[in-house]
Amino acid sequence: MSALGGTVNFLSRTDPRLKVLILVLWSFLLAFVQSRAAAWVGLVGSGVLYAFSGPQSLIKGLSRLLAINSFLIFIWLTLPFSFSTPGTEIYRLGWLALTQEGLDFSLILSLKALAITLGALAITSSSGVFELLAGAKGLGAPEKLVALCQLMTRYISVIGQQYARSRQAMRVRGFQPRTNLHTLRSYANLAGILLVRGLDRAERVRSAMLCRGYNGRFWAKTDFRLKFLDLGLAYLTLALGLWVTILDAA
Amino acid sequence: MTPPEILIKVTDLVFGYPGRPLVIDGLDFELGSDELVGLTGHNGCGKTTLLEIIMGLRKPQAGTVEILGKKCTEEKHFRPLRPKMGFVFQDANDQLFCPTVADDLAFGPLNLGASRQEADQVAQKVLDNLGLPDFGPRVTYDLSGGEKKLVALGTALALSPRLLILDEPTNFLDREAVARLEEILRQLQLPGVIVSHDVGFLDKMVKRRYWLEKGRLTAV
Repeated sequence: MSALGGTVNFLSRTDPRLKVLILVLWSFLLAFVQSRAAAWVGLVGSGVLYAFSGPQSLIKGLSRLLAINSFLIFIWLTLPFSFSTPGTEIYRLGWLALTQEGLDFSLILSLKALAITLGALAITSSSGVFELLAGAKGLGAPEKLVALCQLMTRYISVIGQQYARSRQAMRVRGFQPRTNLHTLRSYANLAGILLVRGLDRAERVRSAMLCRGYNGRFWAKTDFRLKFLDLGLAYLTLALGLWVTILDAA
Repeated sequence: MTPPEILIKVTDLVFGYPGRPLVIDGLDFELGSDELVGLTGHNGCGKTTLLEIIMGLRKPQAGTVEILGKKCTEEKHFRPLRPKMGFVFQDANDQLFCPTVADDLAFGPLNLGASRQEADQVAQKVLDNLGLPDFGPRVTYDLSGGEKKLVALGTALALSPRLLILDEPTNFLDREAVARLEEILRQLQLPGVIVSHDVGFLDKMVKRRYWLEKGRLTAV
């Protein structure tokens, strides 16, 4: 299946509005979690959602999580050592003190980050970009913002092709990037021509839309109806959300 | 039989881009409802510019444009008439801006006030006529060059236009795709203007051909 079309599974068949709502609420809830237990449950909950998002291989999911892990490394490199004054010291290396509080805090942060990413992956990988945008519009997101995202998604590949063609045209003429002014100038020209072409393209697209009677309205499909399946997803996330909230409050 | 109606009438048209010689210089042109004409000329001679003026996308420095018997000078005059002139752009990527083929085909009818259901029906009918019945849910940028071109033509046809204006319809198409396009155009039997460098294609499709040079048209 295409990256934008999505695959058929439990999550992909649910209402996009509900999914956008879950994506936002679940992410915010996890972002505010303070206790370790709640963060763990959050991660498990995201895992459950991810499992419902189709038969993706575990490795693919883990490799996607790696991206966020590269940020977490910096947290683990700095945060455990940053609680030296009020913390319980467990190890000291010269002036560097490793504290229990620092470790706890890093762990909770990591769990939260992983849980939010995994949850977002579950939602986004089970629905097309345009479907989510339509869902956002169905929830009352501004039409112009939705249209902007829609057009960006549509044309980013066109601009990408233009970039690839220009790069090839440079290469066939013997261009090799080096650390010199010529390279910088060539890249600047490339960036410039992409901007100019982008503007030209935008004007032509607008003209083409005018020719078809465009009058400022974008038409996204928003005739959604909640189904039995959506109720199931709503209850599931509600239960997970309550569990996290109760654990966090305790 | 009713006498042919004048669909497009352009008189004494003058247009130039700033700092360059005039591209259109005292040009006259008429299109009757019974003719499909070809328009050729060297690169940069102003063919696309002429089409853009006819569509009201560019304002001429002088001269008049009459579409379907109505004099057009301002945006508000052109606005209701544009959908009646099915304009197909040179680059199909400019025309197809919606997520899916069905969305793109529905865009025009929705603008004209059709309901979602009606628009979807029109879209399906157009796809059937183009011989692409299953293309509705396809993502527009995943289409091949030839498919894009046909769908772009479809977006114009979805408006049920009185005439067609095609800018280089055969560009980047292989022979098979051109043959398909020829067949579709022949079935449609719509009047209009085709801009093309492809003389073979024009000879098959149109009765009359014009040559644009030094800002004026001459019949070939």
